[in-house]
Amino acid sequence: MTFVTTVSTWIIPLLILTVLLYGTWKRVPTYETFVEGGKEGVKMAISLLPFLLGMMVSIAIFRASGAMEAFVSMLSPVLAFVGIPSDIVPLALVRPISGTAALGMTTELIQTFGPDSFIGRLASTMQGSTDTTLYVLTVYFGAVGIKKMGDALKVGLIADFIGIIASIIIVTIIFGT
Amino acid sequence: MVNYIWVGMAVIGIFYAMLTGRMEDVNEALFKSADDAVMLSISLISVLVFWLGLMRIAEVSGLLRKLTKLLRPIVTRFFPDIPPDHPAMGYILSNFTANLFGLGNAATPMGLKAMEQMKKLSGTDEASRSMITFLAINTSSVTLIPTTVIAIRMKYGSAEPTEIVGTTILATLVSTIGALLVDRLFYYRRVRRGKG
Repeated sequence: MTFVTTVSTWIIPLLILTVLLYGTWKRVPTYETFVEGGKEGVKMAISLLPFLLGMMVSIAIFRASGAMEAFVSMLSPVLAFVGIPSDIVPLALVRPISGTAALGMTTELIQTFGPDSFIGRLASTMQGSTDTTLYVLTVYFGAVGIKKMGDALKVGLIADFIGIIASIIIVTIIFGT
Repeated sequence: MVNYIWVGMAVIGIFYAMLTGRMEDVNEALFKSADDAVMLSISLISVLVFWLGLMRIAEVSGLLRKLTKLLRPIVTRFFPDIPPDHPAMGYILSNFTANLFGLGNAATPMGLKAMEQMKKLSGTDEASRSMITFLAINTSSVTLIPTTVIAIRMKYGSAEPTEIVGTTILATLVSTIGALLVDRLFYYRRVRRGKG
């Protein structure tokens, strides 16, 4: 653990150090270049706003109405039949839609079942091995104005499903039920 | 498809709230989430300005090009339609590297720059082949050290908070390989239909 925490606290400062020293060595006007590049960041964040707001509002309505819960409990028996533990089903369904909701559920599962239980380990693995597809798509396509997403959403969701199934199988093999 | 999901979530939610009498909650959540979205965008400014500024130095000084050269043999295979020397490649690589180390807030600006460059290459507002591949890899998450999860596990008194690192890497590996395969499958289907 100490190694992991050390690596994650050192890596960013070391990266900054490398970039700054290398830039200076190559005689780049570092400060001016930094400011110039940073200006783009302001524009980008502002142009992202409508995309994020639209998506977040829709998700919020879906959640607050209780429809998300209903959707999850409707699908739970089906997925449980396939062999997916029923306690993990809500997390598996929410993970691609909402990052904050998924993190909340993971926390709740870990709190309820204990971090070292089967469900606790499974939730941890699932949370770490997939990303919020809808958010990633919204942000990346939104920022550069891609209107036709092609197969991106389908590919992303199928990848999520593969990740979830893989988590269940791998955690079962390594830690047992 | 995203249009249907977007409208679907909102419409189903509103109808469901009618039936269950939770319209009040919906109203509250609606405006709170709009607020949250603005706050999130604003807080993204700090991260984006910082990393894009730093990345510009890396780009101008040639550091980014060095990194690209190092990892290029592997990544060019995933993105055959991007010229190996194109700046898009550098940003794609930096995005992957940042993701690998769990530096989510450093990965996003680089991912956005990568998308921007890929858009310059394709010149349309339609997702190109390489964009879809790039997103597939990103959504399947390529984290080596899931720091947030480890923090939660520590908080709830796990005997071994990091024991899930191994299973997470394995699951990520499977889902990333899966994503790449599915991506290829869809690509060849598009080609067969004559719109690759």
